[in-house]
Amino acid sequence: MNEKHNSVDNIKSYVLPLSDSDISEMQCGEIIRLSGTVYTARDAAHKRFVEAMADGKTLPLDLADAAIYYCGPTPAADGELIGSCGPTTSSRMDDYAPTLIKAGLKVMIGKGKRGSAVNEAIKKHRAVYLAAIGGAGALYKNKVKSCEPVAYPDLGCEAVYKLQMEDVELLVATDCRGKSCLK
Amino acid sequence: MRTINADDIILPIADKIKHSLTNVDGPTLEALKKARDTESSRLCRWALGQIIENDEIAARDCAYACQDCGQAVMFVSVGQDLHINGNLTDAINKAVEKGYATARKSVADPLTRINTGTNTPAIIHYDVTVGDKLTVSYLAKGAGSENMSKVYMLTPSKGEDGIINSVLDCVKSAGSSPCPPIIVGVGVGGTMEVCATLSKKALAVEQNDKRDDVARLEKRILDEINSTGIGAQGFGGDVTALSVHVAVAPTHIGMLPVAVTIQCHSDRKFTAEF
Repeated sequence: MNEKHNSVDNIKSYVLPLSDSDISEMQCGEIIRLSGTVYTARDAAHKRFVEAMADGKTLPLDLADAAIYYCGPTPAADGELIGSCGPTTSSRMDDYAPTLIKAGLKVMIGKGKRGSAVNEAIKKHRAVYLAAIGGAGALYKNKVKSCEPVAYPDLGCEAVYKLQMEDVELLVATDCRGKSCLK
Repeated sequence: MRTINADDIILPIADKIKHSLTNVDGPTLEALKKARDTESSRLCRWALGQIIENDEIAARDCAYACQDCGQAVMFVSVGQDLHINGNLTDAINKAVEKGYATARKSVADPLTRINTGTNTPAIIHYDVTVGDKLTVSYLAKGAGSENMSKVYMLTPSKGEDGIINSVLDCVKSAGSSPCPPIIVGVGVGGTMEVCATLSKKALAVEQNDKRDDVARLEKRILDEINSTGIGAQGFGGDVTALSVHVAVAPTHIGMLPVAVTIQCHSDRKFTAEF
């Protein structure tokens, strides 16, 4: 019973960074499987990114073709890589996202719908927004194969981490044509 | 008169908090499974499957079901024939600090935004009741769903339809943000702060003596919410809410306050009696 409901047939797998043809292929409403490098960042880190860009400073990550995961994990238990790490609400990053997309960001992963300015930036710069399942932190914890701190340790759970994730199932929520499928 | 020591409740409550944060409430998990089996939308079935898998992994691996371990909301009822040695509020906060020792700390000063570092203070609502028991009900309240909660100060002419329309307005404007499928607490009556508290208490504390008309109202609201088509995670489907819990209190002849607390599917709670 579980097998039938939990799995979706014919899921395409992709490895980050995505090529332009990978991004073109992804259709709004499609479930995909994603592996590779993502950077965690949420409200406070986004604020610092945009402020650093305005000041002409170098960012702690290269935004070109990058993937950002809107996530603030629970602390890692002893001997573990990371704690539970589900997505946070993406719309809180809407004020910052167009600036980052313009600078090369290609993939955003979070939960919930985006504002029209973000969807337009996604269309203009051929990026993609992928929806993860809100409240599934333990599921994603098991998909993380490595985790290293990158920047802003003073922000605690809001610090930037570089994660290697493996076989994460995600919904294409806004595709590169700017088409969105969330209520 | 029965006597207990406040310090004796610290460890049991801390243990129950730890357990709740890794074990989503049983009836909610059952409701999620039922929703997955009846849902007609392919995307929502997938979302529900991922949520159920998550909740099972969390319980198996003692991992936090959601990284937002929430603010601890406690409803405490103290029997008037019970004597408590020591400081009850301190004991509850010590239990919360212990229970959240390895969890994410999500409590900050509202102006400086400096994190308290302990996930305290807990939000504690006290009631005095008859008898000699101490009952503590806990609800982990995350920000994603709480940010979507609302109060509507209706006037009496709006009636039952007004109550239902208020809940629908709240749920529709929340959309995908509170991590549907949601659980909805509705407080009706009292004053502004009473209906807000009732809407949360309805989620945390089981009501044993529910009126028939209140049960019918819950059913009507649930059916209307599930006609919105929001679905699990806002992917567009049949099951937007798993359940609706309405609590009522007498109100002024000129008022009809309605409060809606939205709870995400990661329903982490317990009730303990001492």
